[in-house]
Amino acid sequence: MALTESSVKPAPRNRTKFFIGGLLIIAAIVYLIFTSTQASAQYFLTVDELNQKGVDVNGREIRVSGAVIGDTIQYDAQNLKLTFEVAHVPGDNAVIEAQGGLAEVLHQAVIDPTRSRIKVEYNGVMPDLLRNEAQAIMTGRMNENGVFVAQELLLKCPTKYEEAVPEQAEGG
Amino acid sequence: MVSNFGFGALVITLVVSIYGIFAAVYGARKNSLAWVESARKAMLLTFPLITLVALSIIFLLVNGDYQVQYVYNVTSSTMPMYLKVTALWGGQAGSLIFWSWLLASFASAVTLRKWQRDREFLPWVIVVSLVTLVFFVGMSIFFENPFVRFWQTAGGSEAVAMFQPAGATPLVPFDGRGLNPLLRHPGMVIHPPMLYLGFVSFVIPFAFAIAALITGRTDDRWIRVTRRWALVAWLFLSLGLVLGSRWAYDVLGWGGYWAWDPVEIAAFMPWLSGTAFLHSVMIQEKRGLFKRWNMVLIILTYSLVIFGTFLTRSGVLSSVHAFSQSAIGPLFFGYIGVTFAISLALLLQRWNVLRSEGEMHSLLSREALFLLNNLLFMGILVVCFWGVLFPLISELFTGQKVTVGPPFYERSTGPLFAGLLLLMGVAPLSAWGHSTVKTLGKAMWKPFLVSLAIPILAYVLGVRHFAALLAFWLCAFVAFITLYEYYRGVAARMRRSEENVFTALWNLAGRNRRRYGGYIIHIGVVLMALGIIGIELFQTETQGTIPPGGQMALGDYNITFDKLDIFDTADGRNVARAVVSVERDGKYLGQLYPRRDYYYDSQQPMTIPGVRSTMEDDLYVLLVDWEPISSTGVTFKIYHNPLVNWLWFGGFVFIFGTLVASWPDKDPETVRIRSTKRKLSPSEAQSAD
Repeated sequence: MALTESSVKPAPRNRTKFFIGGLLIIAAIVYLIFTSTQASAQYFLTVDELNQKGVDVNGREIRVSGAVIGDTIQYDAQNLKLTFEVAHVPGDNAVIEAQGGLAEVLHQAVIDPTRSRIKVEYNGVMPDLLRNEAQAIMTGRMNENGVFVAQELLLKCPTKYEEAVPEQAEGG
Repeated sequence: MVSNFGFGALVITLVVSIYGIFAAVYGARKNSLAWVESARKAMLLTFPLITLVALSIIFLLVNGDYQVQYVYNVTSSTMPMYLKVTALWGGQAGSLIFWSWLLASFASAVTLRKWQRDREFLPWVIVVSLVTLVFFVGMSIFFENPFVRFWQTAGGSEAVAMFQPAGATPLVPFDGRGLNPLLRHPGMVIHPPMLYLGFVSFVIPFAFAIAALITGRTDDRWIRVTRRWALVAWLFLSLGLVLGSRWAYDVLGWGGYWAWDPVEIAAFMPWLSGTAFLHSVMIQEKRGLFKRWNMVLIILTYSLVIFGTFLTRSGVLSSVHAFSQSAIGPLFFGYIGVTFAISLALLLQRWNVLRSEGEMHSLLSREALFLLNNLLFMGILVVCFWGVLFPLISELFTGQKVTVGPPFYERSTGPLFAGLLLLMGVAPLSAWGHSTVKTLGKAMWKPFLVSLAIPILAYVLGVRHFAALLAFWLCAFVAFITLYEYYRGVAARMRRSEENVFTALWNLAGRNRRRYGGYIIHIGVVLMALGIIGIELFQTETQGTIPPGGQMALGDYNITFDKLDIFDTADGRNVARAVVSVERDGKYLGQLYPRRDYYYDSQQPMTIPGVRSTMEDDLYVLLVDWEPISSTGVTFKIYHNPLVNWLWFGGFVFIFGTLVASWPDKDPETVRIRSTKRKLSPSEAQSAD
């Protein structure tokens, strides 16, 4: 088949050349991944852990998730300033499943006044999904007043699409 | 009734598929044509069977049979007909059926081709397709059954089951909950099928690769047979990704198009390995190199396709973060693990047969640059993989959950994408076998000099951002080289055959569609890169609250808030719609209507931007909030996205190029003979001049 290529015997120098070239590229990719990870890693904490660590985490980029307490949502539309509180929910999916699923865990977290909570401040547009018993996943930093200043706010409402049985129904 | 019928058809599909697998394996082992023929019939039978299943679901959706849980979850009486039909892929259970239907139709189409030249592949292609089908159909039957219904048990409680529990009566809700409003968008109606078409088409090249490994026929026949399948798969995957970005831009209301969300990455990863595959098979065809590597790439692509289906199955939003909550998660991972391990084992078994037929000599040869291209694509794939897995890895080793966000992906893929862009310019000028700095320099100094004009022009116009100047130069460099290649090809034809410009261009691209279609794709990528540079590096934003008649400014733009209307619509929405006038440098440009739709059935609002779009820039206005009665005003958020339209325009060019490259040839046999000749004289295959 390949007439031209196999007729030329490869010199050993050839392999080394490609080997070094390949290594350099791979090294560059590993370096990129390594430095970017260091520069942008965010610690994922629960509200409990955040409250325990306290001063430790001041000024570090953190990702935290909690259950939104509906009564505490305040929104100043003039200045686009949003404040609310979130209650502790477990960080482990297996634990959440064991306690009856995300919707149930969020519900329990909101009605239980003994759960640890944090205040959250967010500057920007109030997200459509922000409501009572939504799960908020926030990225930001703790400020010196113990308020979590979120730069990014993601919301999940598990009740809406995973609830199995309808509330409104007629027999027959 | 219809539910039972559909479920029955689903179960028969499973039985037929399992029979087909055994018949094919037995037929291949015993070398019995009759058994293989029987397996082929089984394969063909799955298509009408799954079609019946899908039609049953569509019938239930259209008739609003809310006793069926799936229908209840994804439709409501206010939804228009086309959304009811397309709700087939609006949820997880229906998506799996849709996937199976596509697979059955593609695999059936493949078994109908002429097999004289590669008869030995047929049984194994059937086996691989049917094993995949059995997995998806089994998943539907046992875990994600789209036909389960609500029942009122004798004890008064509610139950969800496929068949009527003893003493229970049917429970029929008044109305369904309706499709997630974010998914009620034309882009979202066609985006999932496009992605799925891409995913499913990649199963076919994989099936042929595995057939080649099992039969030991390890020449490049499997690549030649499936080249067009791979291109079509890639076409649909690209279309799906572009449509998804466009949808995010139009509907999600955060002024962006890509968020490095795990779901997006899951759809992007098979595209990356598929792109590497498409480039790397060319080297096997031309030079007989990289045979093992191509196998690895297609196996990887198949695994990523299954992984992507799993992550994207339930629509983009419900899986924003935690995706391991579903029961089918471990099964998907198990299936991916097992098929990956078996494929690799088969590959290792043929490892020595798949030796390269030659060796690379020059670091700047075409094949070496293609290898570099593959390394970079794999690099981006590794970055994505690392980003998705990093939380798990760090938790495993430090007990601390650490995640990485978009900045991680941007930082680490940026240089890799830039490298790919540069390669796109250089590689087409290099020769197969051997190139030197001198030959390359000779070929590219003209376009290089011309391309320098672009960053200089940008600098004069006031751009001081170094990365942006570099990126503009790269884009110009690649664009000019590609156009120059076209020019040289056309000029040579015009001289040689005395054709006019258009005939020459037509014949040039027609004679070597993959090459010149590929160049069009490259131009498309450059244009898309322009849009990405514009929005990533030059996006500006502002927000504020203004009363009626009030004004807000962003850059040269000025918007005036005219009025706000709030009204109900017939399809169950409450709409708040603002009217704003846009001026630029004092010149009136027109009105925009940013709005907020509130869906009563799913109790969810949706923010739809008002966008003024030109090739120069987009003005993207969001209605954020308003005071119902008092006239303190309305809050707007405005984004200025320079050049972003080039992203979509480039997407069109890109798709057009892929169409050119994958357009069927008139007579496949003559093409085959021609390409065999080419193989014997690589110098002839080099270029038109």
